[in-house]
Amino acid sequence: MFVLVVGGGKVGYYLTKELIQSGHEVVLMEKDRGRADQIRDEIGSVVISQDGCEGKYLHQAGANRADIVAAVTGDDEDNLVICQMAKHHFDVPRTIARVNNPKNEQLFRHLGVDEIISPTRMILGSIEQDIPVHELLHLAALGVGELEIIEAHIQEGSPAIGRMASSLTLPVGSSLFGVIRNGTPVRVGPDTVLTEGDKVIAIGHPDCEEDLRRQLIGDLAEG
Amino acid sequence: MKAVIVGCGRVGAGIADALDRAGWQVLILDQTSAAFDRLPSTFKGTALRGDGTDEDTLRRAGAEGSDLFLALTEGDNRNIMAAQLGIEALGAARTVAKINDPVRAEAYAHLGIATLCRTNLMTTAVLGFLGQALPKQPGIYVPERQHTHPAGTAAAEA
Repeated sequence: MFVLVVGGGKVGYYLTKELIQSGHEVVLMEKDRGRADQIRDEIGSVVISQDGCEGKYLHQAGANRADIVAAVTGDDEDNLVICQMAKHHFDVPRTIARVNNPKNEQLFRHLGVDEIISPTRMILGSIEQDIPVHELLHLAALGVGELEIIEAHIQEGSPAIGRMASSLTLPVGSSLFGVIRNGTPVRVGPDTVLTEGDKVIAIGHPDCEEDLRRQLIGDLAEG
Repeated sequence: MKAVIVGCGRVGAGIADALDRAGWQVLILDQTSAAFDRLPSTFKGTALRGDGTDEDTLRRAGAEGSDLFLALTEGDNRNIMAAQLGIEALGAARTVAKINDPVRAEAYAHLGIATLCRTNLMTTAVLGFLGQALPKQPGIYVPERQHTHPAGTAAAEA
């Protein structure tokens, strides 16, 4: 697999090293000459010290035959442009962007970036799992069709307590996936009755979120 | 008519002033408040410090549903992103992004964004002044079609 990595910060550096170790062909683009030289000294001549946002240099780096372009600079706007240029100018089959502002995830997906990795979202998700909140937890985003996997913790006051899964009127575009009860996964059948303490895992479109939250968690007071 | 301008440099401030005088409702954003010194004291629009590539900031500023959305910061990629936010998320009717790299200016025009390329504009102006043959690249690329995102094609394939 030929992977073109753009951005030689910590992420790009370790990514390139790991990819080389697993036997892939890699080219790393880093526009800062000093930083590029530093990486080149260590991992060899796979580094090009040019701006990966420029079509000319993407071409020089071999973007037209890349299987994957991974845009991992620290700036969301650069990562967007790198992926869009790769996609539309060089027909790269798979583009991956690092996104810092979680709000940009949807826009990037909408604009055709194949895969979006948001460290902010991941850390946020990890923190939310430890704190009881009256919100849905985002467990993962699925690249396909903008779907996401969410978790709802059924707590006191939830309208879903004592109801059978089949009696819930879930929004179109969402589906219950499973329930974690006392730490054990339970399959959801039509006659599964939800109880307090359940963690319901659902899959759905972001548009369904508000509806899902109302049905599974309820309209709880702020705080 | 409502205009949103991201970037209050000389060009941004100049257009903001002109549209304001022409009776438009103008909202202009810049990341440094000192940039707003370029606006004349007669300016009646809204000047707001904030990141014009941040969807939340733009929404809070009331940038939705504008007739014109101009992305005129110093960064090509920032302008590209702001313009696409303007079209896709904020429903702007017309969008122009300043992209100084001619390659990107042309590439994004193919994606349906009107792009303004200072490099081409100045090259043409100087060569014209010198009486030399003019290059083919236009200063403003007007897209042949509306901005359509590839997500649509991806969905069609799926």
